[in-house]
This record gives sequence, C-alpha cells and structure tokens, in this order.
Amino acid sequence: MDQILRSIIDSDIIVYVIMALLPMVWIVPYALFAVYLERKISAHMQDRLGPMRTGGWHGWAQTIADILKLIQKEDIVPKAADRKLHYLAPYVVFIGSYAAFAAIPFSTAYIGSNINIGLFYIVAVSAIVVVGILMAGWSSNNKWSLLGAIRSAAQIVSYEIPTTLALLTVVMLAGTLNLQEINQQQAGWFWNWFALRKFPFLFIAFIIYFVASLAETNRTPFDIPEAESELVAGYHTEYSGMKFAFFFLAEYANMFAVSAIASTLFLGGWNSPFGNFMNGPVWGVFWFLSKGMFFVVIQMWLRWTLPRLRVDQLMYVSWKVLTPWAFGCIIAVGFWMMM
Amino acid sequence: MPETPVISLKTSTGRVLRTEEMVINMGPQHPSTHGVLRLELIVDGEIVVDVIPHIGYLHRCFEKHAEHMTNYQQVIPYCDRLDYIAAMSMEWSYALAVEKLLGIKVPERVEYIRVIMAELQRIASHLIAIGCYGLDLGAFTPFLYCFRDRERILDLFEMTCGARLLYNYFWVGGVSHDLPPGFINKAKDFCKYFRPNIKELNDLLSYNDIFIKRTANVGVLPADVAIAFGCSGPMLRGSGVNFDLRRDDPYSVYDRFKWDVQVGSGENGTVGDCWDRYMVRVREMEQSVKIIEQALDQIPDGDVASAIPKRIRPNAGDVYVRTESPRGEIGFYVISDGSATPYRVKARSPAFVNLSVTPEICRGYMVADVVAIVGSIDIVLGEVDR
Repeated sequence: MDQILRSIIDSDIIVYVIMALLPMVWIVPYALFAVYLERKISAHMQDRLGPMRTGGWHGWAQTIADILKLIQKEDIVPKAADRKLHYLAPYVVFIGSYAAFAAIPFSTAYIGSNINIGLFYIVAVSAIVVVGILMAGWSSNNKWSLLGAIRSAAQIVSYEIPTTLALLTVVMLAGTLNLQEINQQQAGWFWNWFALRKFPFLFIAFIIYFVASLAETNRTPFDIPEAESELVAGYHTEYSGMKFAFFFLAEYANMFAVSAIASTLFLGGWNSPFGNFMNGPVWGVFWFLSKGMFFVVIQMWLRWTLPRLRVDQLMYVSWKVLTPWAFGCIIAVGFWMMM
Repeated sequence: MPETPVISLKTSTGRVLRTEEMVINMGPQHPSTHGVLRLELIVDGEIVVDVIPHIGYLHRCFEKHAEHMTNYQQVIPYCDRLDYIAAMSMEWSYALAVEKLLGIKVPERVEYIRVIMAELQRIASHLIAIGCYGLDLGAFTPFLYCFRDRERILDLFEMTCGARLLYNYFWVGGVSHDLPPGFINKAKDFCKYFRPNIKELNDLLSYNDIFIKRTANVGVLPADVAIAFGCSGPMLRGSGVNFDLRRDDPYSVYDRFKWDVQVGSGENGTVGDCWDRYMVRVREMEQSVKIIEQALDQIPDGDVASAIPKRIRPNAGDVYVRTESPRGEIGFYVISDGSATPYRVKARSPAFVNLSVTPEICRGYMVADVVAIVGSIDIVLGEVDR
C-alpha cells in the first residue's frame, strides 16, 4: 500500500504520516463502538437495557456524548502529584498499545510496517504500557493508585512470559517472525490455521495465549490493577477528563491488539476460512476485523460473567499453570517437528 | 496469621533501605465498605497487618430521639432507619417490645402477616447481601439478578403499605393496613418464581470456581471466637453454631412452621470461612420461601386493627425483646416510667457486634480479602451507627 501511496504523493514524510495514522481511522471509531457494545452486552446479560436515549435509536450516540463530555471536563492534577509524570503517563500507555498496530497486518495490502521481526516488535513495544501504568500510579501520589500500579507491573511482566512462550510455538512452526508471512502460511481452508495444526498442542498454546492476553489487557478475571471494589480505580484513580479518556482508549485499543495478534497467529488473520471464498485484499480486512471483534466480544462476555481473582492466585495461574503448559507445548511441538 | 519476615535491603550506597508498613484509609468513601464505614488498614505490601474499623459517620442519635417523641408509636419510623435494608424486622422487634410492656396479645392474622412480611424482608435483605458480595469480588451480573428479584418483593410491600424501603407498617398491637386483595396469590407466585432463581444464582456465583477460590478458607471465624464476640445471625451460623432465635427463643407463630436452621459446613474449605457465611444466606432464602408458603396457606381471617391501643401508656417497668433479623439478633431494651414516651430505648444491633470481629479475622490476609471479609459480614451502617 505504501508503494501505491508513494506513486501518488511525492513525499516520503507525508506517506509515513498517512500510514501511521491509518490505524487511528479504525481505532477511534472502534473504541467508540466497543464501549457502546460493551454497555449493551453487559446490559442485556444483566436484564437491563443499557443506554437508550442519547441519539434516539437505542442510545447509539451515548459514547460520542461521553467523549464530548470528557473533552470539556476540567483536567484535575492532584496538588501533591508529580506533574510531569502525571501528564506523561496516559500518553505512554496509549503509545504502547497504539505502536503495536504498526506491525499488525490488516490485509495483504495494508500493514503499517512490514518488518521481518514484526512479532518480536509487537511483544516488545506493548511492554511499554507497564511503564506508563507505573508512572501513573507513582505520580498520582495516592496509595490506592500505587497499589494498583505495583499489582499491574507484577501482573503484566509475569503474564508476558506465557504469552510469549505461546506465540513461540507458532514461530517455531512458521519459521518466521514476519506477520505477513505467517498469515500467508495459513492460506486456504480453516484447517490450515495454526490453531488446528499439530493438534492439540497449538490449540493449547492458543488457549494459553488468550487467557494470558486477558491479563495483559487487565480484563476480568484478571482486572486486579483496577479492581473497582478494592482499589477504587487502581492506577487511574486520580485522572480525569481527556487523560482518563486516553487510558480508556488505550484499554480498548489493547483489547483489540491482543485479539488481532491471536487471530493473526492462530486463526489465519486476513485469510478467509473457506479457501478462496470471499478472499482478497478487501475481504481480508473484513475477515481480520471480524476475527478480532469476535475475541473482543468474548473478552466482554467473560468480564460480565466471572468474578475476579486475588493477586496471589493470579500469579499462581501465570507461573504454575500457564507457563509450564506453554513450555510443554513448545517441547511437544519441537518433538513433533523433529519426527 | 503468617509471620512476615524481617527484610533488610541495602541500597547501592550501602545504606539500609527502610521498609515500612503503610497505612491505607479504606473508606468512608470507598466502593466496598458498604456505606460510610472507615477501615484503617495497616499493610505490608498486600498483606494486612492490622485493621481498625472507625464508625460513627452515620450516627443519628436514634436512642435519644426515641426518648423525645410524643408517644411510643412515633419511634417506629426511626426503627425503620436503623437497618434500612430490613426495615420490617426492625419495626417488629420494637413493636414486640412495646407490646410486651403493655401486655397486648395481637390477633392471629397480624402474627401471620408479620411473619410473611419479615420473611419476605429477609429474602430481600439477603439478596442485597449476596448481590453486593458478588460485586465486591468483581462479579457484576449476579448483583443485577438479585435486584431484579428483590424488586418483586418491594412490589409486594408497595401494594400492602405504599412504601418500598421504610414502611412504618408494623404498629404497636397490629399493622397499619390489612393485606390488599390479591396479595396472597401474588406472594405465592413470587415463591414459585423465586425458587429456580436460587439455583440460577448458585450456578452463576456460589459454585463458581473463582468465587470459591476467593472465599473459601478466607476470613475464618471459629465458633468459639464467634460466640465470644457475641456474633449472631448468618455470621454465627456460618461458623457452624446451630442457633436461630426463631427456633431457639420462639416469638410470634414461628413454632408452627416446618423449616431448618442452616449452618456452615465448611464444604469448600474451613467451617466459618466467607463462603460458609455466604452460603448460609443463600440457603436461608430457600427456608424463608418455605415459611412464607406455609404461612400463606394457614393465614386466618380477622381484623388487623382490633388490638391497636388508643393510647400507649405502659406501667413503669423495663423489657428486653430480641428477634432474628436478617443480620442476627436485634434486641430492644425499653424502659417505661409510666408516661407516654419511653424513658430509654436501647437497640442492640447485630451488625455492630458482628463488625467488631473484623480485625480478628482480617489479620494476615490480603487487601482483596478484607473486601471479601467485610462483604461477608454484611453490615448496614445505619444500624451500626444508629
């Protein structure tokens, strides 16, 4: 796609800017829609209606109204806060989750940057989020925020290990870190997807990845860093207005990022499940987004069903359940490949 | 309580790093202290070293107010505001105390109405306790399911006395209104509707693996400690003590119904843990449905206002009456000096006594467990502070 753009526009910089901003075209409307969707899903699961008034039809404009409200809100910084860090934190968190989109292949035609270490880059860059969260927790000068940040740092760092190990199984099989190539290897019918190869080991790896990614995005049952009933709102307790909105946006962007990685590595990414049926660059976007949204909806479903784990139980799940199983998968896949 | 190891960390310059305990203020504005309770937590990282509850943010001088009414009847609306989640139970206890002072015997129909109302109220109150408990542990959905069912009970109350939260329904010697036509059928419908919902609740929350992990073996209250602190209600029964005032010190017509006292069995952990306390409430709701169904079948006809005294002026004397509210033993000690107003009214509130055991069972657990423990005590601050 950048070649096409380059042939139209005669400036490298403008092309880069356009390429960098394209995921925004998806993320912002997606976040608005996802917040609305989450409200509606939770409402219908809970025997309620959810927003029904704003905008007329089933409250469709509710999230837009919320964003407008957040923009207008006074931006309060606590007196004793570390101002610089307090300002910086939401952007660091957002950048961490947004930068990951650079290497995510939306279709054969569009990928922000087709680098040969795409997967490695995504895993590395999304780890920046934890720095932002620690910043937010520390700079707020609030004990609850600090507790939330400490929990969050421990959680995200621990869960990166099973996440990465689970991704490694796919990398072993694909022999590349380039996400476009990984996608191309899954072309054809859905049984070519990595999740269904070397059955059941890659499927287990897929489940491990999905569970661990819930923890990385701080979603229930692992939403311990922002556990409402314990820590008020965790690391973003002291944030208001647009800075709060950035945390919110980052959370939803992150939800989609991990879903996108899951669908790219395990479920064929932009490939149609049915061979050549509805396949192609444009349909690719459709398949990719619908697979991603599928996981987002599952994340919401889990959130409104399950209670929350305790912080030590969360560590237990990571170190004593997911990590050994992920190692087991790697070993098993390795043996299978040798045979 | 697990011993916390003494850590001495050295910084790069060779100085010993100071590691101190942190004091956190939980409440009075905190989502899971169930009102305006303030807990001073002393934590070592996530481990709670000590908990100091501070109360009194909702103190309204109930007892002094009671002495300054123009008559005994006027105290009842204040009783409503003690435990506003279970107002009927509060009214009943006070009304019984004054009736005992006066030596009134209320008509049979009134007794049955009171039992039905109090048991409906017990279900409504436990539904809030259970729903909020789920909320404390991060499960949002059961909360709204509980409120959906509670709504039906409030509808029944509304059609009887017009109020949905604070009823002023039990009067000295009777009740303010007779049951409206159609009430009996509607209440029976509710019982039929509600039974499967308890199962739904169990499937969704009670036997959820994560829920059990969070509550079993947490906040264990041994039976002897529970008795020593004077705990009552589900708190006491959760610890395995088989004691219920409705059976062991029967009042009204409770001796005519068949039902069982539920006690904690420790089936998922230790006897007296949070899960046991929670489960006692769930099972008590089933028993309440049983009592309501029997009472609805047996209720006699009669005039509900026949025993209401024109003028309440008991002889000098004092009386202590205790009944089983959803939270435990609510007792009223009323002294009369022969005038139209009580000389002294003292309320023994179960939530206050149950809350006093918090530090004892919180030490050594984690911050998240404090939320689970406080939730399982099921306090109502209106009654703690009075």
